[in-house]
Amino acid sequence: MTSLLDTPTAAPDAPAARPERRWRAALGLLPFALYFLVFLGGPLYFVISGAFTDADGRPTLGNLVASLTSPQYLLAFRQSLLLSAVTAVIGAVFGTFLAQAVLTARPRSPLRRIVSTASGVLAYFGGVPLAFAFIAALGQTGLATAWLRSAGLDLYASGFRIDSLTGLALTYVYFQIPLMVILITPALEGLLPQWREAAENLGATAWSYWRLVALPVLAPAFAGATLVLFGNAFAAYATALALTSGSIPLVPTAIASALSGNVLVGQANVGLALGLDMVVVIGIVMVAYLWLQRRAARWSRR
Amino acid sequence: MRRRWRVVVLALAALYFLVPLIASAEFSLRSPGGGHGVANYTRIAEDPVLLSALLTSLRIAVLTAVVVLLLVVPTAVWVRLRFPSLAAVLESATILPIVIPPVVMAAGIAFVQANLGGPVFRALFDSSTSALTPFYVILALPFAYRAVDNGLAAIPLRTLVEAARNLGAGMTTALVRVVLPAIRSAVLGAAFLTLALVLGEIVIARILLYTDTFPIAVVEVGRSAAGVSVALSLASLLLTWVLLLAVSFVGTRRRRTP
Repeated sequence: MTSLLDTPTAAPDAPAARPERRWRAALGLLPFALYFLVFLGGPLYFVISGAFTDADGRPTLGNLVASLTSPQYLLAFRQSLLLSAVTAVIGAVFGTFLAQAVLTARPRSPLRRIVSTASGVLAYFGGVPLAFAFIAALGQTGLATAWLRSAGLDLYASGFRIDSLTGLALTYVYFQIPLMVILITPALEGLLPQWREAAENLGATAWSYWRLVALPVLAPAFAGATLVLFGNAFAAYATALALTSGSIPLVPTAIASALSGNVLVGQANVGLALGLDMVVVIGIVMVAYLWLQRRAARWSRR
Repeated sequence: MRRRWRVVVLALAALYFLVPLIASAEFSLRSPGGGHGVANYTRIAEDPVLLSALLTSLRIAVLTAVVVLLLVVPTAVWVRLRFPSLAAVLESATILPIVIPPVVMAAGIAFVQANLGGPVFRALFDSSTSALTPFYVILALPFAYRAVDNGLAAIPLRTLVEAARNLGAGMTTALVRVVLPAIRSAVLGAAFLTLALVLGEIVIARILLYTDTFPIAVVEVGRSAAGVSVALSLASLLLTWVLLLAVSFVGTRRRRTP
């Protein structure tokens, strides 16, 4: 398999085509664009329009105000933002180290294949199996809990719970690291060996090469990938659902319970307003990501 | 010294990533009466609800993979051949489904489901297969696009297509009979990642109240028999991984033989 970790190499330049032929060629992209518009844009449109109407369809700002002022939602936002930021930074740092450790292995070695394929599965699977795996490992009767206890460290006596925010963060990192490996590997592969050789010829140590050459080049790609990780954790809900069955206030949990009318009947539009709030956060993250992506492209080989 | 930090990183990663998997395996092999056995794994064959949920999810997975590939392969080829300048735009667009919360998508869809009638929507929401497949396609697009695009980067695409065209093939023939076989391992990889996604997605299915998919059934059965849940989710995770790993080895072996 051409793995997810391979760098996309530069595409050859398009031949100079006449404008009207280019225009017709653009039709080839239409199915993809339309599909995105209908099945991603459609739901988003109804979230936004629903956020601004009340249960009878009259326009209102009440939902939005409720979603931003009521204490339970503010708490959910604070916890979600904290969880996403912490797991994004941890995942980004460890993911970069892991990706670099794997990259120094031979391209077709079993290690690279295992990490590459496992990253795909784990970044994608998330959710249910992950939650169960962590309950089996670090739950009250979990295997790792038992090992640690026999080694003299009683997690649960010291106040740890797997269905707490800490437990959730520990679980989120499990899918954040693989996603970081997928996202950062192309940028790491873009660090040309010549740069290192040039730095070493000028007398640089490994540390000064990283500090003065590699890290500044990597910085935009690293920051961009960290933002994607943040968005990924902010968006994630399946893991929290399976791990805590909704006992920890997070924004997705609040949306789901508003939609299902667990809290109050007629809260569905507040749920949509919360959805809009999330979309706004994600929008800010995406704008920053795109800006960083343009800076990162300066050093990429395309 | 360089070797040493590598060993430390890999050892830490192995510890962190393997312990939960080993714990799952051990937990899933516990028998209800004490001791160990495979009873939790064989439950899938005896439980008609689980079995039919598995079939439903596999049907959704196959349909999703087909639609994803129909959308992604021609588009990725077309962008590489005619619109290289758009490659960055498409890559950014495919980040969207990673960061747009499934729960928000589900909220929008649920609104449509509850408030809009008409034959089109009734047909769409008729069954879990017809209602979930179109949206799982969106969720599966990011990694599928990346996998296929990386596959295309590794072959001399322009040369292959031009050679096929010169020999009289139409664009469709060139795509199906020349490009597709050349990137089959990337295509299989994308398909198996789609399988992973469908076997793990519970948010949209749950909010839209389609409870007959496999991941939902696995969570449900966990309320009474946790061991079965752990066993089935671990099995689906490992199955997908083994499939991807197999594809990665098959892909290279064929590429080496001339």
